[in-house]
Amino acid sequence: MFPLATPSIPDVVQSIPLQNYVLLATTLFIIGIVGVLTRRNALIIFMSIELMLNAVNLLLIAFSTYKSDPVGQVFVFFIMAVAAAEVAVGLAIIVMIYRNTRTIDIGFLNKLKW
Amino acid sequence: MDFSGFLNNLTPATGFFYFLSFLTILTGLMVVLSKNPIHSVLYLIATFFCLSGHYVLLNAQFLAAVNIIVYAGAIMVLFLFVIMFLNLKQEDEESKTNLTKIAAMVTGGTLFLIFVAVFRKTQFGAFNAYSFDSQVGMVESLGEVLYKDYLLPFELASILFLVAMIGAVMLGRREAGDRHF
Repeated sequence: MFPLATPSIPDVVQSIPLQNYVLLATTLFIIGIVGVLTRRNALIIFMSIELMLNAVNLLLIAFSTYKSDPVGQVFVFFIMAVAAAEVAVGLAIIVMIYRNTRTIDIGFLNKLKW
Repeated sequence: MDFSGFLNNLTPATGFFYFLSFLTILTGLMVVLSKNPIHSVLYLIATFFCLSGHYVLLNAQFLAAVNIIVYAGAIMVLFLFVIMFLNLKQEDEESKTNLTKIAAMVTGGTLFLIFVAVFRKTQFGAFNAYSFDSQVGMVESLGEVLYKDYLLPFELASILFLVAMIGAVMLGRREAGDRHF
């Protein structure tokens, strides 16, 4: 019985330059930034932040695969853990804001500016 | 690269990559553009599934599964709960002025141009075919790194979760003089 041959280099790594992944992650990140800047609904701003986090995750995984370094993927794992904790606390804050002001429009929170 | 040459070089994997990238950006845009928050959440879930597809293409199977379980499964359900909980029917008076929107677009576009200009001159380096290890994204190699080199951060993450849980319960608790929903 022959030992199982290690799978070869994936097609995508062979034919897609790393630059394409960087551009894709940049585009997603910019979409997140524009979402944070244009929307007033606190929930959608929060979702845009999640989008930015995922853009960074994609970038880390792409570099980690191309350079054969597992540390980048471990880092993504930690980012996901922190994002889960962040979402739990953030949504609790949004629910509390809604309970006190009956709205989640961030325009009503302008006292936070000073 | 001219377009016909581009089409001739398209293997199934690269074609899938471009299709998935297009879908990712489209659903990402729809998250920001759609008026209804529930539609935004659904588009965000679609974005996460597309990103998981990217992870599978990159041979990071473990993170693809974790992405679906944690993001699409847990975090987005939390979002949906909160949206349905808050009963946001009258949430269509997006009253941000056009000036703000144009300023945001200009900011985003400028940032994008700066990034692209930087990346054009950057040398990312190709993969090294001799030292390439296709097993990097599997549970085995990740587990070895996680439980040997990163054991302390892993344990600290549990404290982070405990603190986040206590914080969420504290914030969500109804106080004596609070009004009901």
